[in-house]
Amino acid sequence: MGTCGCGGDNLYLLFPCSGAADTGEITDQAARSMSRCGLGRMSCLALVGSDNQPLLDAARRATGLLAIDGCPEDCARKTLESHGLTNVLHLRLSDIGLAKGKSPATKENIEKVVCAALPMMPAGCGPNTAFA
Amino acid sequence: MKIEVLGTGCPKCKKLADTAEAAAKAAGLEFELKKVTDIQEIIGYGVAMTPALVVDGVVKVMGRVPNADEMAKLLKGEK
Repeated sequence: MGTCGCGGDNLYLLFPCSGAADTGEITDQAARSMSRCGLGRMSCLALVGSDNQPLLDAARRATGLLAIDGCPEDCARKTLESHGLTNVLHLRLSDIGLAKGKSPATKENIEKVVCAALPMMPAGCGPNTAFA
Repeated sequence: MKIEVLGTGCPKCKKLADTAEAAAKAAGLEFELKKVTDIQEIIGYGVAMTPALVVDGVVKVMGRVPNADEMAKLLKGEK
């Protein structure tokens, strides 16, 4: 199907929790950084929570979903799964040494999350593969 | 009515734009059609998947091309 991500071919959607804590901020910035580089596409967790059908339809057609949670509350994963989305990969920042309240959203911490997220997605989801 | 079609220019994106334009004309709607092809601008809209249809600022469809009947309903706000 070429390199266009239209219709969800080889496209991972990224759902950071974007929570209020420092680790929530890291999830948000990491997802934005990955999205800008074509490493998946950041999507709105809040939109899922509002039962937005266009997004839920798109999420079901995506190659996979990556929930990025800042703490063990796992809000992103739980929100996706509670809306019937089952193809969810999960990255929790506390599992990679980023503790809530002790992890400012520095470039180094954001890069740490990106580096942990990339191996979770198949090699095909590399730079520019999501976009024409 | 402002209709925006977000997509980098693949056949699906063009089909979505054509379908939207045809449905709007058939319904006699006053509309402005804008095609957004720049990927960074598309990312700025926050759509999860292209092609996407945005009507008056609201994302109606992502990642697929509705048929003519569905498109007409979307543009008329019936769906």
